Formats: sequence, C-alpha cells, structure tokens
Amino acid sequence: MAHYFNLFIQATFVENLALSFFLGMCTFLAISKRVETAVGLGVAVIAVQVITVPINHLIFQWLLRDGALAWAGLPDIDLSFLGYVSYIGVIAAIVQILEMTLDKYVPKLYNALGIFLPLITVNCAILGGTLFMIERHYDFGESVVYAFGSSTGWALAIIGLAGIREKLKYSDVPKGLQGLGIAFNMAGLMSLSFMGFSGIRL
Amino acid sequence: MAEARKVLLDPLVDNNPIALQVLGICSALAVTTSLLPALLMCIALTSVTALSTAAISSIRNRIPNNIRIIVHMTIIASFVIIVDQLLRAYAFETSKQLSVFVGLIITNCIVLGRAEAFAMKNGVAMTFLDGIGNGLGYSAILLTVATLRELFGSGTLFGYSILPLISDGGWYEANGLLLLPPSAFFIIGLLIWAIRTWKTAQVEVPEHRIHEVHRTEVL
Repeated sequence: MAHYFNLFIQATFVENLALSFFLGMCTFLAISKRVETAVGLGVAVIAVQVITVPINHLIFQWLLRDGALAWAGLPDIDLSFLGYVSYIGVIAAIVQILEMTLDKYVPKLYNALGIFLPLITVNCAILGGTLFMIERHYDFGESVVYAFGSSTGWALAIIGLAGIREKLKYSDVPKGLQGLGIAFNMAGLMSLSFMGFSGIRL
Repeated sequence: MAEARKVLLDPLVDNNPIALQVLGICSALAVTTSLLPALLMCIALTSVTALSTAAISSIRNRIPNNIRIIVHMTIIASFVIIVDQLLRAYAFETSKQLSVFVGLIITNCIVLGRAEAFAMKNGVAMTFLDGIGNGLGYSAILLTVATLRELFGSGTLFGYSILPLISDGGWYEANGLLLLPPSAFFIIGLLIWAIRTWKTAQVEVPEHRIHEVHRTEVL
C-alpha cells in the first residue's frame, strides 16, 4: 500500500507531467484561459489516462513484449517495434468510444467535455503516460496508480495556471509579453514551485 | 520559385511554429538541457514532418474526411517508428537520453497541424518544403534554447568545455538553474518577447486594456 501511495505522490507532484516533463504543453497553454474549461479538460484527461494506460500495459504485456506471444505458441517473436502505432491506435479508439458512450448515457457530461475529448487524442500527456509506463517497467497495479497520479498532477497544474491567468487579465503586462509570453513565464514560476516537492519520499 | 521560398522560409521567424502558433512545445522544453540530443531531436522532427506530410499529401484525395485523423496518426506513427529504430541503431546513447520524446513526435502538434492545414490542400513537393520549413523553424528555437542552457548551465557545447568550470580549476561558476525545468519556460518566454518586440505584428491584443488615468481626470 505504502508503495502505491509513494508512486502516486511521486507521479502527481514530484514528476508532474506538465511542469517537469512538459507533456501536454500545447493544450496546457492554449486552454488555460478560464478555470471552468480547465477543470473540464482536467477531468477528461484523468478519465482517458486511467483507461488507456492499463489497457496499453496489457497489450504490451501479452502481445508486443519480447516473448509475449508464448501463450499462442510463438515464444520467439518480438513485436515491440509496433508499440507506437498500437498505443496511439488504442488511445484514439478509447477516446472515440468514450465520446460515444458519454453522448448516449451521460449527455450532460458529454456536453460539458464535448470539445475537449477529440483534443485528448493528440495530448502528449496521454501518450507520454503510456511510454513512461513501458520505459519504467511498471506492473499492472502500478500502471493504474501511475495513470491516476500523473493525470491528476496534470489536471492540478492546468487548473492552477488557469486560475493565475484569470487574475492576470487585469494586470499591466508589457506589450511583447502579452498572452503567450507571460503564460510561459507563469508556467516557469509554477514549475519552480513544484521543484520544492523534489526529493520527497514516503 | 518565389512561392517555394516563402513556404520554406516563412516558418523561421514570421510564422514560427513554436513562438507564434504554440505548437510542439513539449519536446522543445524537455530535450534542451544539452545541444547534442536537441540537434538529433531537430533532425528527427524535421524528417518526420517533411516525409509524413508529403505522404499524406500524396493520398490526400483518397482519405475519407471523417476518419482522416486516424489515417494521419497511422502514417505519422509509421515514420516515427522508422526514425526511432534508426536512432537506436546508430545513436544508441543519445536515443536513451531522448527517452520517450522521440515517440512523442507522434503527438507533436506541428506534424499533425501541418498535415491538417497544409498537406490536405497542397501538392507533394510544396508540402515537403513546408514540412522542412516548419522543422527548421522548430529547430531554430530548439537550438537557441539548447545552446543557452548547455553553455551557461554546464559551461560546455556538444560536451566540449567552452567556459572552464571552477570545479575543474577554471573561472566559470555553472548556473545550475538552467539545467532544471523552469529555466526552459523562462528562456522561451523571453525569446517570444524578443521576437515580438522585433516583429510587432505578432503582439496579442489583451482582453482587457488598463485605462490610463491622467491626473486631471482624477481631480
């Protein structure tokens, strides 16, 4: 239990996907002008991440890994080079399925998340989560916890930045820094404060 | 000819993918602690962008509109796999440093953005040039940031000592902050400021304008 909790804290704060690995930066900077939309996007990312990372883990473990096809009588086959196509395929498919399911059964949530769902396919935080899971050899339980922790960290970061930018609208920013420039500097300061978490182990 | 030149050179400063269009920032920040991985990343991204958008452009009339994103993703992912295998074969050490970021070229918005915005409407040759141009625009920012971070963060360029460090008996005290994630945000932020001071057309209009109060108005 302590191990999983440690992994969660590690993934959420210390190795924050947005602020220390810079994943999902495009959406992070583009859709952080209002807190409301940032919350919607954050929730959508958490949902997709928690579903896709474990599924990709199973695919890697039982189909692609070196010797993974032993159960089918083919122990010498290593399909790991097919990884990228499979993972992005799974992500695109899951996002599509999630979109249709939400549309049918929870239209209210669908309307709230609507425009953000398709964007999530190309959010590098999602693919990045999967690739880190593979690179660090997490087992199934760890991959679920890692997916939840890392996406929560990403959601926290974007909501925080959106809060700051809402206030920032009323401040006097130098002309050339207006918009994108100041957003980068704010993200830098946030990342600096998240550095304070580094070295925390429970 | 003039058009080809414009397509190739426009993304360098006037329509830079990172500084103006806010695309492909993830890797721009993450791989820039030293120059060598940054350079490899630039080559990888430029070749993937040029080749995959050219491939998409060549079949643009046969892609059904409603599944085009999936088709784009598959084509891009295939080229990324080729680049990744090449890097692992010939530059294994650096490809380890790049870790997941080569794979993340798939979701790099520059590639998909160019595929959507340019490749679906233009011929193969033009699209190839456009891909190279955008790759170069990305590379320009990446190499600037990497040079600054490696030179002042560890006193080296490509691993060769330029500013001799105090710890090695030299005179330069390395600035450790430049090797940490926040500095990448600051450097790109300031770079954008510099570009927009030069090209004032790129300045964003603020949503709220601060009203300047003159002394006479208050009284």
